[in-house]
Amino acid sequence: MRFTLNGRTVSLDVVGTRRLLDVLREDLGATGTKEGCGEGECGACSVLIDGEVVDSCLVAVGQVEGRDVVTVEGLALQDGKLSRLQQAFIEHGAAQCGICTPGMLLAAHVLLEQSRRLTADDVREGLAGNLCRCTGYTKIIDAVLSCTK
Amino acid sequence: MCAAPLTVGRSVPRREGADKVTGRARYTDDITVPGAWYGRTIRSTIARGAIRSITQDTAFDWARVVVVTADDIPGDNVVQLIRDDQPVLAPKGGEIRHREEPILLLAAADRDTLEEATSHIRIEYDTAEPVFALDQATDVFSTVEITKGEVVEGLKDLEGVEVVERTFRVGLQEQLYIEPQGAIAIPEAGGTIRIIGSLQCPYYVHRALKRALKLTDQQAVVVQAETGGGFGGKEEYPSIVAVHAALLARKAGRPIRLIYDRHEDLAATTKRHPGVIRHRTGVKKDGTLVFQDIEIVLDGGAYCTLTPVVLSRAAIHAAGPYSCPNVRIRARAVATNTPPNGAFRGFGAPQSLFAAELMVEHIAERLGVSSVDLRRKWMLHLGDTTATGQKLTESVGSEMVMDAALKAAPTVRPSDRPTVRRGRGLSLVFHGSGFTGSGEKKLQGTIGFEALADGTFRILTASTEIGQGTKTIFCQLAADALGVGLDMVALAPQDTSLVPDSGPTVASRTAMIVGRLVQEAATEIKEKLKREKAPLRLEKSYIQPDAIHWDETTYRGDAYPVYAWACTIADVDVDMTTGEVRVTDLVTAVDCGKALHPVMAEGQIEGGCLQAVGWATIEEIKMKDGGYQNDRLATYLIPTALDAPRIRTILVENPYSRGPFGAKGIGELPMDGPAPAIIAAIHDATGVWLDEIPATPEKVLAACASR
Repeated sequence: MRFTLNGRTVSLDVVGTRRLLDVLREDLGATGTKEGCGEGECGACSVLIDGEVVDSCLVAVGQVEGRDVVTVEGLALQDGKLSRLQQAFIEHGAAQCGICTPGMLLAAHVLLEQSRRLTADDVREGLAGNLCRCTGYTKIIDAVLSCTK
Repeated sequence: MCAAPLTVGRSVPRREGADKVTGRARYTDDITVPGAWYGRTIRSTIARGAIRSITQDTAFDWARVVVVTADDIPGDNVVQLIRDDQPVLAPKGGEIRHREEPILLLAAADRDTLEEATSHIRIEYDTAEPVFALDQATDVFSTVEITKGEVVEGLKDLEGVEVVERTFRVGLQEQLYIEPQGAIAIPEAGGTIRIIGSLQCPYYVHRALKRALKLTDQQAVVVQAETGGGFGGKEEYPSIVAVHAALLARKAGRPIRLIYDRHEDLAATTKRHPGVIRHRTGVKKDGTLVFQDIEIVLDGGAYCTLTPVVLSRAAIHAAGPYSCPNVRIRARAVATNTPPNGAFRGFGAPQSLFAAELMVEHIAERLGVSSVDLRRKWMLHLGDTTATGQKLTESVGSEMVMDAALKAAPTVRPSDRPTVRRGRGLSLVFHGSGFTGSGEKKLQGTIGFEALADGTFRILTASTEIGQGTKTIFCQLAADALGVGLDMVALAPQDTSLVPDSGPTVASRTAMIVGRLVQEAATEIKEKLKREKAPLRLEKSYIQPDAIHWDETTYRGDAYPVYAWACTIADVDVDMTTGEVRVTDLVTAVDCGKALHPVMAEGQIEGGCLQAVGWATIEEIKMKDGGYQNDRLATYLIPTALDAPRIRTILVENPYSRGPFGAKGIGELPMDGPAPAIIAAIHDATGVWLDEIPATPEKVLAACASR
């Protein structure tokens, strides 16, 4: 099977029913995507499929045939520099233990792609599928809002 | 030479921040080890009894897996901690004391084989009657008694003294670090076993490995991987995961990955101690506090774990941040046939402070005065003595935090939704920084400090980064003490073969106690470099200041080197038709001594506050037959970004002379204040008092209905 991962085509010989999460982590070495619960509750395994935020623990790899998958490894700029959002996460203290950060960044990335005129409530709603236990979310919301200006 | 600009007090970028935002940071399960097999724990399905038989079905080819039983433990079948009561694996014929107790370990080359093997194991039990209720529990783990002045029975003149009595209950809570527990064990030459794991305390795991696997100091090597949250949940439990992985690795002769899934993590690992706290308080009509008589019972679960230490912190904080001439606190922790409870941010203090703070509200109501005024009248000031008779000699922020929080809190406006009532509540709490009593003196936490030949410096410490910022603030402290740039200082890996035992990363002690050692070591090496050339290395151990006195037997004296203080104001919306409580705003003013890194300090406080909001409102564990009914993330709910209130943190700097640059510990403090403030806010909104958390919709509706 083939799909695009972070802009590059990957072709794999895998059982189509395996979880996308496992194929990313174990076959493709993209361990930035994390498993927090394995049942689609925490969002630590969030990836983008054709630009939408999806829990990769609930997706069979066969479902992404021919589609465009983006993980946290694909968020930095072409030259390897951190994106504005990644920088904002560091500056605002939005990453503490960091385990929710990859999924949170992807969810925030999509929010900012959709609109640059976000309120704090929009951000809360947009990130409600991604659990964080360290920050209380305040710093994460600050970081995302800082990218709207 | 011109000195580098100071970094303490500035929010410099987190050391490992770039790795965390790019996905490069390696957590335990991200680390590939060639040839590793997958491990699994087979656990008891009963709460109490004995193992009659363990049968491995002959239909399965057992040559495909490795099986470890208690018979395969080369050392003591004990999880090394305080009391030798918890087995690494329950032996055949041995007693089962709780559901999910580990009995067998399996490992296989792939997950499918592991699954298949698991389905071919049958364990039979002789069951016994389990004990779940606190009032039926007879086995006591520990007791604490604290007395100050006269006990109530000894008080002569109680005329005109109002006595207010109330009983409070607090529930279980899961730490819910987003990265589940996990360890990789790698057998190496010379009988060495290397553990790479998600953990807070490398040397706890080190000691546990040595004991159960009969290893020398050198043969047991423990390395912390990037760790996805701890909150106490990775204080003692990782010892079990690591020892299990190590036993499998030893028998298999190959590396083993033992990574829990969320379901196993929720079902089997330690929780916050639930408990019952009874208060009897005597006050005069003018509000003068006459006596406090407090009884605490905590449920330790089936094994001791860290329960006596949790109980101790609960008892010491039980009177609240108030000055009372006559205090009696009697606390005990009992055993039940539920999975063991253990360390969780706050370590007993959130439980006892919840009760203490609500008592202030009840007394204020009885006297018809404002609870804020009553707190002002009672609060500990410089020179006052606590329940243990500790005279507070510096950095007492009670008044400062209360003024700051009151000033910052916005005006409450009524809700525009007809079914919603809005209310506000306040709490004032304190939390001892560092280990209790003589803990630090006994431990003598040690760090190493190196000046390297290339002109850079290296800090060697077992204190771990678990999201709270250890890596960053230690480098800030060292850089400023040395007068060099931040890029000149690095932290050695948290690997027991490289770094000395700095003590566990717990108890609000890392910045204040170990951070101070870092500052002192850096200062000392700077002096040394004036006379000697790099490379240089020195070690620095904690020395208890002469001014600190603690008597373990009488529980009198300086319980903690210093306290951090917080005043929290919570605004809630209560939906009178559904009973749903929503915390909309939280203002918390915290006396942290000195904010070494303001953004990280705020972040830690905000995270702690939200964890407390969860404990107070939605995080409920329902028990069934001694197990947790809602042991999945679909049923154990924690606050999302939508549930979380707007949190405003005000950092109050009130330096402590023996903290690094004046800093005090604040890791646990934010867990203490929100719960009582929220319950007071619910009362303000609805007129009903809840005595129990979490304040679930059912409890709120029931309380409103019975009014």
